[in-house]
Amino acid sequence: MTRERLLDARAVTKRFGGFVALDEVSLDVEQGERFGMIGPNGSGKTTMINCISGTLANDGGGIVFKGAMLDGKKPHERTRLGIARSFQIPKPFRSMTVLENLAIPLEYASGAGPREVEERGMAILETIGLADRAGENSGKLTQIDMRKLELARAMATEPELLISDEAMAGLSSTEVDDILDILFRMNERGITIIMIEHIMRAVMRFSERIVVLDAGRKIAEGRPDEIVNDPEVERAYLGE
Amino acid sequence: MRLDAFHVVAAAVALLGAAVTIFDLLPINKFAFFAGYVVLQYVVLATAWNIMGGYMGYVNFGTAGFFAVGAYTSVVLYNLMQAPLIVMIPVAGAVCALLGLGMGYLTLRLRGVFFAIATLALAIVLETLVVNWDYVGGATGAYILRAREIAPFGDYVEFLFFVMLLLAIFAVSAARWIERSKIGRGFAAIRDDEVAAECAGVPTLRLKLIATTVSGFLMGVAGAPFVLYVGFVEPSSAFNLVYAVNSIAMPMIGGATTWAGPLIGALLLGSVQQVATVTISSELNLLIVGVLLVFFVIAAPEGIVGLVRKWRGGGR
Ligand SMILES: Nc1ncnc2c1ncn2[C@@H]1O[C@H](COP(=O)(O)OP(=O)(O)OP(=O)(O)O)[C@@H](O)[C@H]1O
Ligand SMILES: [Mg+2]
Repeated sequence: MTRERLLDARAVTKRFGGFVALDEVSLDVEQGERFGMIGPNGSGKTTMINCISGTLANDGGGIVFKGAMLDGKKPHERTRLGIARSFQIPKPFRSMTVLENLAIPLEYASGAGPREVEERGMAILETIGLADRAGENSGKLTQIDMRKLELARAMATEPELLISDEAMAGLSSTEVDDILDILFRMNERGITIIMIEHIMRAVMRFSERIVVLDAGRKIAEGRPDEIVNDPEVERAYLGE
Repeated sequence: MRLDAFHVVAAAVALLGAAVTIFDLLPINKFAFFAGYVVLQYVVLATAWNIMGGYMGYVNFGTAGFFAVGAYTSVVLYNLMQAPLIVMIPVAGAVCALLGLGMGYLTLRLRGVFFAIATLALAIVLETLVVNWDYVGGATGAYILRAREIAPFGDYVEFLFFVMLLLAIFAVSAARWIERSKIGRGFAAIRDDEVAAECAGVPTLRLKLIATTVSGFLMGVAGAPFVLYVGFVEPSSAFNLVYAVNSIAMPMIGGATTWAGPLIGALLLGSVQQVATVTISSELNLLIVGVLLVFFVIAAPEGIVGLVRKWRGGGR
């Protein structure tokens, strides 16, 4: 089966002052793929997501999405092109209810009219298991529910590519399974997913292909079974 | 736009205003109109400030600069062609809308306190320009001769009061409309988290420019009749820091996230200041503002509107 290339990041480099956070990292993700990204703390995973979503500008290399160069495009333009992300440290719109949080992407990214917002928002909250929190102030949610809200808000942009940045941290194992379930179902509907996760059980089960970052460099790439047996990956995680 | 109770009240207030100024239905003394004008002017300024400061979270310290540019636009129009007030108001609004747009382009990349400082700096730069511009009277100021009476209002101050009443109704209606629109929801998203807003598809820069433009327009409109009200304008009065301080304090006291906040804050604080000016001294004004502001920031950060919501138990 040949699939079309959806995302093509070429030699992406990002520096913070003299510190090189990403050193010519390349990755290509195919349409409909379930893609995993792992690496020790501080290896550059979130920085890579920031470059793809446009919240940071890369210093070198280039990123192509659906055949179009992303460089110079603002984050909201990339969102409208079909790239959605969740934030590792949740960023709810704190003055709004949970449902109102979804109204923003529904109106601004997926073109919903004010009348459709409630119905579509509730459907997403239903899927993610936050429906009973719809009217609550989002700033008062538990950490876990805030993470779910992150995913829900990303889903509300109706993405073609969804990047989940540690959406499962801190969740119980049944909750991890619930989120995995949601992501599998989204993927079945044709949405490409990049999952960043420290929970190995989840990434290994979910991903068709995985890249491993370490200190801003890509050190391995392959199927989950190849990654677990890769000596370099083992070294990165366990140290010399 | 759907009509509701708000529009009925707004129309009733406008009619009442016409009744007391044109038909002298109630025995209101001249001072009440004189003071009422100032209070209504603050309704416009506080509402204008709140569009950026309250809805979007960008604190503008330059209100006095916009107000003064509005006032001095009228001076220029008067010097050029003796333009009537009906021309001064939209032109002053347009000039200040452009000023707001320009300020937005220059400063909106700055966040938080840096943005606030930049707006203050802008006001100071503008004042310096006006002080050195002889055409509008420079540091000594400019006189405008206005009629003592105007039909059908009679006293000119009553006419100005009515005009400012209409401007206040316009400003509050505009703010309310914005608040309930898609744009207003985008503003709130920016206030809560700008990066998250961008990633949710909100074009933050464009929305911020809309806010500075609309806010600037309303501030300019509030300043346009000022020269006719005082008859004489000088830089130190038009650029008075009191405008900046009040237009921040009033929404904070009333409640900054909704249109009712600056309205309530301006009516309340503006009236108290007017009474204090007459009965005690005008120096007391800033003290009143300071004390109230400290009280509200500590005890009721969501202002009077927030307190009312809490009492009703409807607070989220
Ligand atoms: N805005 C920034 N300014 C300076 N340094 C940064 C910035 N963002 C990230 N870094 C640094 O870049 C490196 C990579 O950070 P990044 O957040 O991408 O790691 P990560 O792989 O997501 O880690 P984690 O698993 O802990 O989330 C870290 O050393 C971090 O301190
Ligand atoms: Mg990270």
